Amino acid sequence: MANKRIDEPTGIETVGHEWDGIEELNNPLPRWWVTTFWLCVVFSIGYMVVYPAIPLLKSGTEGMWGWSSRGQLAAEMDKAATERKPVLDAIAATSLDAILADPKMLDQAKAGGKAAFKQNCVQCHGAGAAGGIGYPNLKDADWLWGGSAQDIEFTITHGIRSPGVDTTRTSLMPSFGKDGVLQGGQIADVTSYVRSLSGKAPNDAAAQRGAAVFAANCVACHGTDGKGLRQFGAPNLADGVWLYGGSQEQVSASISKAHAGVMPAWAGKLDAVTIKMLAVYVHSLGGGEKFQAAAPAAAAPPADGTGNAKP
Amino acid sequence: MLNPDQKSVSASLYAKRKAVFPKAVDGRFRRFKWLVMALTLGVYYITPWLRWDRGPYAPNQAVLVDLAHRRFYMFGIEIWPQEFYFVAGLLIMAGIGLFVITSAVGRAWCGYSCPQTVWTDLFQHVDRLVDGDRNAQQRLENAPWGAQKIFKRALKWSIYLAISFWTGGAWIMYFADAPTLTVDFWTGQADPVAYATVGVLTATTFIFGGFMREQVCIYMCPWPRIQTAMLDEKSLIVTYKDWRGEPRGSAKKKEKNPGGIGDCVDCNQCVNVCPTGYDIRNGPDIACITCALCIDACDSVMTQLGRPRGLIDYATLEDCKIEREGGEPRPISKALFHTRTLIYVGVWASIGFALLFALGARKHIDISVQKDRNPPYTTEPSGEVRNDYTVKLLNMEGRPRPMRVSLEGLKGGLMWTDDMPRDKAAAMIDVQVPADQVEPLRVYVIAPGTTAPQKIRFNLVATDKEGGGDMSEVRFDAPEENAEGGNQ
Repeated sequence: MANKRIDEPTGIETVGHEWDGIEELNNPLPRWWVTTFWLCVVFSIGYMVVYPAIPLLKSGTEGMWGWSSRGQLAAEMDKAATERKPVLDAIAATSLDAILADPKMLDQAKAGGKAAFKQNCVQCHGAGAAGGIGYPNLKDADWLWGGSAQDIEFTITHGIRSPGVDTTRTSLMPSFGKDGVLQGGQIADVTSYVRSLSGKAPNDAAAQRGAAVFAANCVACHGTDGKGLRQFGAPNLADGVWLYGGSQEQVSASISKAHAGVMPAWAGKLDAVTIKMLAVYVHSLGGGEKFQAAAPAAAAPPADGTGNAKP
Repeated sequence: MLNPDQKSVSASLYAKRKAVFPKAVDGRFRRFKWLVMALTLGVYYITPWLRWDRGPYAPNQAVLVDLAHRRFYMFGIEIWPQEFYFVAGLLIMAGIGLFVITSAVGRAWCGYSCPQTVWTDLFQHVDRLVDGDRNAQQRLENAPWGAQKIFKRALKWSIYLAISFWTGGAWIMYFADAPTLTVDFWTGQADPVAYATVGVLTATTFIFGGFMREQVCIYMCPWPRIQTAMLDEKSLIVTYKDWRGEPRGSAKKKEKNPGGIGDCVDCNQCVNVCPTGYDIRNGPDIACITCALCIDACDSVMTQLGRPRGLIDYATLEDCKIEREGGEPRPISKALFHTRTLIYVGVWASIGFALLFALGARKHIDISVQKDRNPPYTTEPSGEVRNDYTVKLLNMEGRPRPMRVSLEGLKGGLMWTDDMPRDKAAAMIDVQVPADQVEPLRVYVIAPGTTAPQKIRFNLVATDKEGGGDMSEVRFDAPEENAEGGNQ
């Protein structure tokens, strides 16, 4: 059916098809091209034998070499873990102070901590570590239980009010309204007083009445000046940071029905090196305290925090 | 022209390569080709070994593509990755340069300076050196395999391989300090990438230059296709002047019949010297790389016969038409400088000037500031508002420079970095930026609690005597309720 003929001007045979008078010359391919083509065919057969290739009903052929993308991933993860091991070992063997003093190790620990933070901490503290109502902002310089790397490491390890953990940091603020310790007017007065400590409310008559209530009920934990006590995790009431909000209603609600935020103890969930790196990372977010300055304080809370924390 | 040989081949799926044994030739174009070959190979092999003093903080290799440190050095010019548009500009100039060349002198790139042409030419000279000229090469090709053929083939291919290896080896010298890399390479200390690159380039040079040769031009390279679209009746191409040459006949025949026989004596010298084996008398073709060796061959025959040179010559189709009709040949300059060429030259030159201007005007100091967006701001215990920034200071000079970053437009604003105690916070920070590097700083900026959200500026000045500076404007976030009536 094909009408092959020799094309007059070129002397080359046509392929035998014709479209509206246009014909195609059957110019032969160079031999090296054809050779390459057949080599590719041969290669593909070998490829199908040694690699997974043919889909079957439930799975597919596995190939003689037993390669799989999962296997490759596992091998790569193992390799990465092997490569990371010396770094992690060095961090494990180095004290927090020494890590903070060594720029290279500090970078490594921050990077490791950042990765762990994204997996384990952002659910409450937020991707930028800024927290939210009820979840502390880790970027500022306000710390409930201490802001040195050692304090942070202890907090992460043992948690805060973590159920079933003996060593957890714990304290309890009474629910002054719910438990009937204070009456409605007293709560309003003491709220005004607390807010006046940071200049959020005027130091008016209500606030002055509240000062007496504060002195009778609150100074044991929050201190006479309202600046809090870290060994009890009692927040500083005289600063600009409000974990549960700083409006009249919010502060009043916190006094009536106390909050008791919980952070799990991570000791059993994360290994010690990861926790150490997390502490370094959180410490580096802009509010970290120098350990030199905090040295006496830092030695105290672990000792106190375990047993004496309950007011 | 019907070629009876092709009928038998046409039914086959493939065509066997017809080996080309180009004959040695001498003449003005051959000598020019020697010159171009010496120049291009010289530039390629020698450039990485040129030295250029840049002081103690930068490499002293004149031309270096330092991928590891992301720097591109070319004599007095150093290019950073973000300035890659210089390289892009040079590539565009190279592209338009090819247009200029094609428009003015046709496929001169193909004929003289394309690496495929230069290396093929080099390898064909190796053929002549080992096997002899065209006839000897053909005899050896057809001879049965014997001691002599094996010896000559082994010798020839060894020389091919040596040239190929040298070619691949020269390439990697552009990417690292050449003397160091040479020592590392031979002592097994070099990066595996270096060995792989040399291996691949040795293989491609060996195969493309030693064996595929004209097949690369005819089957693989896109440039001949593009060029056929770019050639027009004003382009110089190698032309067989058939009105003068046809009908072909021997000198004896012409003596008998001076009017009926043309100048072409059908000696086939033009085909014998052609590196792609093409017969230029069939007219322009993709196989003709316009190396002009057939012009040399024909000229020498015409000179022997006492006829004027130029039976095969560079000519434009326009000129051909004039000459065919008996007009006077025009001077070659007319063909070189026509409108299209001049437009290309104009575009090419303006890109060049723009690049030169950009090169002269570029700054060697730069600040870029990236603000943390999550959270937009942090309220400090003191009630102050804090914003965090990543500030990058660029020092493109080959020496460390003292620089000062200052904060502008933020009333009561102070800043400190990761590397300094917070109580040293100030409105300006002095930093020593290392030579030829980017210094990243983690900067915390704090302002009174009543500050409104606004734009602030980071100013950078070099505090050495050369000076210079840059600035970057970024946002400072604060509680929204500060926006009205706050401290602007």
